[in-house]
Amino acid sequence: MQKKKLVLIGNGMAGIRAIEEILKLLPDQFDITVFGKEPYPNYNRIQLSKVLQGDTEIKDITLNEWQWYEDNDILLYPGETVTKIDKENQVVYTDKGKETPYDHLIIATGSNPFMLPLPGADKEGVTAFRDIEDCEKMIDASKNYKRAAVIGGGLLGLEAARGLLNLGMEVDVIHISDYLMERQLDRPAGELLQKELEAQGMNFYLERHTTEITGEKRVTGLKFKDGGSIPADLVVMAVGIRPNVALAQATGVEVNRGIVVNDHMETNIPNIYAVGECAEHNGMVYGLVAPLYEQAQALAKHICGMNHQGYKGSVLSTQLKVSGVDVFSSGLINETAETKAIKLFDEWQNTYKKIIVQDDKLAGAVLFGNTKEGTKLKSLITKGASVEDYLESQQAALDDESIVASMTDDEIICGCNGISKGEIVHAIKTDGLSTLEEVKGATNASRSCGTCRNLVTDLLSETLGDEYEVNTKETICNCTDFSRDEVVAEMKEKGLTTSKEVMNVLEWKTEEGCPKCRPAINYYLGMVNPQEHEDERESRLVNERLHANVQKDGTYSVVPRMYGGVTNAEDLRTIADVADKYEVGMIKLTGGQRIDLLGVKKEDLPNVWKELGMPSGYAYGKSVRTVKTCVGAEFCRFGTQDSTGMGIQLEKKFEGLNTPHKVKMGVSACPRNCAEGGIKDVGVVGLDGIWEVYVGGNGGTELRKADLLVKVKTKEEVLEYTAAFLQYYRENAAYLERTSHYVERVGIEHIKEVVNDEQLRKELNERMDEALGVYKEPWNEVLESGTTLKDLYEKVTAK
Amino acid sequence: MDGGIEMEQTVRKVLIGNYQDLPESLGKAVEVDDKELAVFRLSNGNVKVIENKCPHRGGKLSEGMVSGEHVFCPLHDWKINLTDGLVQAPDEGCVKTYKTSIEDNQVYVEIPER
Repeated sequence: MQKKKLVLIGNGMAGIRAIEEILKLLPDQFDITVFGKEPYPNYNRIQLSKVLQGDTEIKDITLNEWQWYEDNDILLYPGETVTKIDKENQVVYTDKGKETPYDHLIIATGSNPFMLPLPGADKEGVTAFRDIEDCEKMIDASKNYKRAAVIGGGLLGLEAARGLLNLGMEVDVIHISDYLMERQLDRPAGELLQKELEAQGMNFYLERHTTEITGEKRVTGLKFKDGGSIPADLVVMAVGIRPNVALAQATGVEVNRGIVVNDHMETNIPNIYAVGECAEHNGMVYGLVAPLYEQAQALAKHICGMNHQGYKGSVLSTQLKVSGVDVFSSGLINETAETKAIKLFDEWQNTYKKIIVQDDKLAGAVLFGNTKEGTKLKSLITKGASVEDYLESQQAALDDESIVASMTDDEIICGCNGISKGEIVHAIKTDGLSTLEEVKGATNASRSCGTCRNLVTDLLSETLGDEYEVNTKETICNCTDFSRDEVVAEMKEKGLTTSKEVMNVLEWKTEEGCPKCRPAINYYLGMVNPQEHEDERESRLVNERLHANVQKDGTYSVVPRMYGGVTNAEDLRTIADVADKYEVGMIKLTGGQRIDLLGVKKEDLPNVWKELGMPSGYAYGKSVRTVKTCVGAEFCRFGTQDSTGMGIQLEKKFEGLNTPHKVKMGVSACPRNCAEGGIKDVGVVGLDGIWEVYVGGNGGTELRKADLLVKVKTKEEVLEYTAAFLQYYRENAAYLERTSHYVERVGIEHIKEVVNDEQLRKELNERMDEALGVYKEPWNEVLESGTTLKDLYEKVTAK
Repeated sequence: MDGGIEMEQTVRKVLIGNYQDLPESLGKAVEVDDKELAVFRLSNGNVKVIENKCPHRGGKLSEGMVSGEHVFCPLHDWKINLTDGLVQAPDEGCVKTYKTSIEDNQVYVEIPER
C-alpha cells in the first residue's frame, strides 16, 4: 500500500506535537514532510526568555533534535517557507522552488508578533520578542546600549523585560492597562506582581499610550499620548500576537481572526487542517500551549481515522513563572454580580489566592506566589466541581502533605501535554522509571514549561516509596552511598575523628576516597569538632596544602594579606623588593583588591613569605578570602560610613576561617556600592546611620544578586550578624556549595528567621568564636615547622 | 632485589633518601639527572616512583592527592595507577614507572641507562 503524503507547514510546537501523536497512533503509515521558516528544529518557544537571558543555548530548549526527524523518516526543510498552496491539485510550493504534493496538509503557521504601527517603528533598535533571532538582536543591543523600553505589560513583555534586566540593561515597561497581565490576573495579583518586579529593578509606566518612537536612524526614545516621553536605546514590542493566516487566506481558506476550523481541526477546504495559534475554533484563538496540544491530539486522531469526539475547546488556564514568581489563573478571573469569591491574602509569605464560585460551582481561580494547587484547581474548574468538593479535597490535601495523593487517576498533572496522574503512575510502574528525567522522556510530562515538576517528583516518591529516596539522594561522591547530612550526623553520633575512621566505619567503597570526598570529610571533621580536629594535609588539594595557588607551569602565586584592601608605602616597598629578589614573573592586582605575585618557585615560597613578613591572604582557600572596600567616609565626598574600617574589622575577625567554599565580602559606604556588595557572599552597605548586610551574592559562574539579611545600626552588629550567617552556612551547607547556592536552596526567609532569633544568633556566635579560636597563620606555621618545610617545600636532587 | 635487569639494558641504582624522610600518603619531587621523578610513600608502607609529569597537561603528580595505589593529578584530576603508570578511564595514557628498593632504611630507585 502506498503511504499517504502528509505535509506540515510550520515546524513549531503545535504542528510537531500533531505529528508526534500521529506517529504514536499509526507509525509508518505516512510520508511526512515538514517546512519551517526558522533554521532550527522544533524548540520550546515558552522558554525563549531563557535564551534571552543568555544562560541557555538553543540546544537546551530544543524539543525534537535533528536526530528525531531522521529516526522517524521525516523530511525536514528548515529555513524554507511555503509560499503557495494549490488546493485543487493538492501541491505546496516553497520559496526555494520546491513542489511537494500532499494527501493531508496541516497548517501550523503560528502567529506573528503584533507590531504597533507607530511613527518610528521601523527604526533601528526596535524589535519584537517572538523567536531566536529577536533574542539575538536584544542580546547584541545589551552589549552596546543601556536603556530598554518594553511596550506591553503582559506575559511576553514581562519575560522580555526580565531577560533584559539580566543582560544588565535598565528596563522600563510601558503598559496601556492600569495593572499588569490583566488578561491572566486580577487586580490584586497584578499589583503584587508589579511590586515584586519593581523590587527586581523594573520600572513601570502604567496607563500610558505610546504614540511615537523617536530618534534619527536608531531609536532614542518614546513619546506618550499624555505628552510625556522617556529615553530608550532599545524598544521591544510585546503587545500581542496575531494568527499568521496570510498563506491560508491566499489559498481561499476561510479566515476570521484565525483560520476557521471545526472540532476535527478541518478547514473549509478538503484535506487542509489548521492547528495551534493560527487556528480559530468556536470563535476562540488560543495562545497557550495546553489548548494547542489538545488540538494536536484531536487532529491526529482524525487524520488517523480514529473514532473521536473531536476538540471541544479549552478552559483557559495559565500557570507560569514570571521572573521567578509563580502565578496561576483558570476560568473566570474577575468577579461579577453573579459570583462569590473565596480570597486569601498572606502578606507575610506574599501569597494570594482567589477562588470564584458561581452557582455553588468552581468557576475560576487566581493564584500568586504559591501555585502548587493550580493543576488541581484547573481540573476542578474544567469539571465544574462543586465548592464543597473542593473544600473537602483541600482538607484531604492538608492531611496528606502532597497534593497528588488526593488527585484521582484521570486528573491532569502536566497541563501543557495533557498527561494525567494515572498515565504517569502507569509509566513509572511498567517502565521502571525512577527519575524526573526518565518520566519526562517516557511520558512527555514536565517537558514544556516545567511548572509541574514538583508534582511529578511527588508522584515518583508516592509511587516508589523509600526506593525513590535512595535513588535520588545526593551522595558525597561515588565512594559512598551516604549523603552529606548523613555523614555529618554519623560523625557527631559516633564521635568519628579522622577521615580514615569515617571511611572505615561508613564502609567507603574505595580504599582511601577521592579528591571529592577527602577534602569534604576533612572540612566536616573540622567544622563538627574545631578544637580536637587535626587538619589532614594529605586530604587537602595542592593549593590548600601548600598555601599558595599552583599555576599551569607548576610555579605558584603569593597573595599577602592586605586587610580591607588598604596598604601603605612600607609594605609596598617590601613587596617590590621581594618581587625583585625572587624574580617573580608578574605582579598583578586581583579582583579582591590584593597584590598577586605570580611565578614563584615552590622551594622559594617559604623565603618569600618570610621576607614579606605579612600574613597569608588565603587567596587559595575554601575560606574567607578578601573583604573589598570602597574609600568610605574618611575621604570620599559621598561616603556616609567608615567602610574601610568596617572591612578591616571584618577581615581581621574572619581571617583564615575554613568554609564550605570560598567566601568573598565587600563593604561600601553608600548605595553606589563601589565594593560591589550585591554580588558578594557577604556584602555590607553603609547608609546614613545604618548598615545593610546582604548575603548570597555571586559574581562568578552563576551571577546572583545578594539578598538583604538585616539592617543594623552599629559595626558590632554587622560582625555579629555576619558571624551568625557564616556559622550557619558552615554548619549546614555541603562542601563546595557557595553561599549563593546555599541561600537559594534554603531560602533567605529561613536564614533570616535563624539569625534574627536572639538565642540562636548568640549560640552561632559562640560556635563561630570557637572555630576562629583555633586559627593559626599558615605561612608562619610553615616557617616555624622544620618538618613541614622539609616534607612539602624542599627541593631534592639525587645522583 | 629480585632480578629486574633486562637483557640489553643496564640500570643504575640511585639513592633518593631516608625512608622516614618521605612524608606519608604524599608525594615528593626528586630530580635525577635531567629527569624529574615523583616519589610516593603509600599508607600501606610501599614506595612508588613514577615520572613527575601528567600526560595530559604536564601537571606535577607529586603534588596530587594519593588514594590507595593511585594518584590524582593536581591540575585536572586525572587518575593514575602508581604501579603500572596507566591513566584510568575515562581518560587515557600512561606515565613511566620506576622500580624501587629499600635497604637499611635507604630508598633507591632504578634508572635505566641507555
